[in-house]
Amino acid sequence: MNDIAGTRPALRWVVHGSVVLLVVLWVFPTLGLLISSFRTADQIATSGWWRSLFPSEQNLTLRSAAPETQVLENGLYVIEGNLFDAGVTAKISQWGVSSRAIDAFKPGETAELRKGGTITVDVDGNYRMENTEEFSGSRGSRVFVTAELPPEFTLDNYHKVLLAEDSTDSMGKAFFNTLTVTIPATIIPILVAAFAAYALAWMDFPGRALLIAAVVGLLVVPLQLALIPLLKFHLHIGIPKGYLGVWLAHTGFGMPLAIYLLRNYMAGLPRDLIENARVDGATEFQIFTKLILPLSFPALASFAIFQFLWTWNDLLVAKVFLIDATGQTTVMTNRIVELLGTRGGNWEILATAAFVSIAVPLAVFFAMQKYLVRGLLAGSVK
Amino acid sequence: MHPALQGLLTIAIGVSGCVGYFYLSNQFLDKVLFPARGPNAGRNINRANVIRPWLFLFPALLALGLYLAYPVVETLRLSLTDRIPGGGYEWVGLENYRQMAAEPKFWEAMRNNMLWLIVVPAMSTAFGLLVAQLTDRIRWGNVAKALIFMPMAISFVGASVIWKLVYDTRPAEQDQIGILNALYIFFGGTEPQTWLTIPFWNSFFLMIVLVWIQTGFAMVILSAALRGIPEETIEAAILDGANPFQIFFKIKVPQIKTTILVVWTTITITVLKVFDIVFAMTNGQWETQVLANYMYDKLFRANDWGVGSASAMVIMLLVTPILIWNVRNARQEMK
Repeated sequence: MNDIAGTRPALRWVVHGSVVLLVVLWVFPTLGLLISSFRTADQIATSGWWRSLFPSEQNLTLRSAAPETQVLENGLYVIEGNLFDAGVTAKISQWGVSSRAIDAFKPGETAELRKGGTITVDVDGNYRMENTEEFSGSRGSRVFVTAELPPEFTLDNYHKVLLAEDSTDSMGKAFFNTLTVTIPATIIPILVAAFAAYALAWMDFPGRALLIAAVVGLLVVPLQLALIPLLKFHLHIGIPKGYLGVWLAHTGFGMPLAIYLLRNYMAGLPRDLIENARVDGATEFQIFTKLILPLSFPALASFAIFQFLWTWNDLLVAKVFLIDATGQTTVMTNRIVELLGTRGGNWEILATAAFVSIAVPLAVFFAMQKYLVRGLLAGSVK
Repeated sequence: MHPALQGLLTIAIGVSGCVGYFYLSNQFLDKVLFPARGPNAGRNINRANVIRPWLFLFPALLALGLYLAYPVVETLRLSLTDRIPGGGYEWVGLENYRQMAAEPKFWEAMRNNMLWLIVVPAMSTAFGLLVAQLTDRIRWGNVAKALIFMPMAISFVGASVIWKLVYDTRPAEQDQIGILNALYIFFGGTEPQTWLTIPFWNSFFLMIVLVWIQTGFAMVILSAALRGIPEETIEAAILDGANPFQIFFKIKVPQIKTTILVVWTTITITVLKVFDIVFAMTNGQWETQVLANYMYDKLFRANDWGVGSASAMVIMLLVTPILIWNVRNARQEMK
């Protein structure tokens, strides 16, 4: 049975076309940043990232070899070479020897140099300078070219951002700090919540319905409310700003979703299974660890992904509970915000830093998308 | 101690602590407190079963109470008090709220938040529904959905950087590196615009970032709902000669109405908490302030806990109707 797509060819093309358009709209911003992170600062500043995929026409100022390389040939002083760095294949369309007339000559033509002598530049950047007298000076002559350059990408930015020794640009430390925050903050709530979820799903006690309602209610309480009271509480019981505080905070904030997701899933497990185990004399603790926990793996995985993404991407909780004045415990999101402030124009550093922080959640996302979708479907209050 | 080592140790202590607590407390209950033997065996088993749920619940309830429930009450209290220099608090009644209401920045944040509350959930849900419907029957639909879903994994901060590049502005005589300005010039714009500094409209440029992130969420939920619609209703409509638009708007949408509402409210809550995007992209300058960032400003820059807490209570107040609605739904579902 086909409904919209399928029955009418024209409409089908509209559908395909619209989806392509939407996907392009959604992917392009990210793609722009990804491509920018492989370009040099100059490239980013002078041309849009979308141009970098194609050969581009650029105006360059290049320099011939220094006069010390000249040789004497049949009474003429000659300097020969290629204007471009080794390995670059470019096509020159116009060139000049003065900054006021950069398009004065075509490839193959010969120009008079201001300091005497002539220069001939070929389409591929080979040049030959000739002079009846000796070339003087310490530097070569400037040549202005308009050339078509092939796409060029570099890994330098990543090298700089990840491995740089000076801490201003380095994301390496922040990366490990983020990891240090994330892993305990993901694992601990799961365990605590799983026991509670089991009690709420399969044990009978007065006040159960009320507790479930309370969990649903707490699901939407903005964590902004918790910042100052908890900061005060932490200081009161002697937890300074640091990892312990941020782990505890993430555990608390993740708890309602964890309990809610796991309870919904556990409540859906077959009743017979649990009652049979009870009849066979298994204790509740055994039922939970040997039966429920393994069966609930999909729900546990769903929540783990949510909590991982949330703690990895978090800025607010880290700013309030973790990052102290020394800045030793900064996380990646905070580094990026700082870079946005201090180096708003340095796109090569910013793009690379952002991508280093985005890469891990994206990998998790694509590897475990199934569980993420399942969790979303179970987690939205119906 | 090295933080990584500290982290590993915490995992070890946390996990073994949890397991140990649950195991030992159960053992204590069954073996020491109410042993299932002797003359009172039957009564003891019953008593143990009354207490056991609370053993299972205790750590979670402690975390919930301490980290979410108590702060709501404490924030309310703080919003009604002022810190006295040198320590202590004094009761000031509604003074903080009055002070907040006198600040133009607060009303700017309120106005922007209302705009966000209308635009973001509406656009995200609409786009989500559109994508869910369009990709439903095409062969590469799953690939398309994965790509549109992808921004969900990207942090608000990362998304801010991504979109800052989109909105980037260069002087008029240079090549534009931001794609929006490049398109604007390409389609006949004369001067490159600094999008994030145009009052009123700049808020919309910030909202686009959140719509971009939340559409995937809406799409996933709505796509599942669309698949859950019974085929017969659609077949019947086709036999009756309904055109595709009628099928979509008159048959499908009414059947997934509750799901649409759920998506809408969930995104509404995300919007109320939105902080990172504004903080990273404009920090509330050029009239883009929102409540969550206003609150952060008050709490941690101005160090004014009273007004900061008062604005947090405003956010809580805006969330409350949804909270009640959710709780009511959940209770109905359990019956």
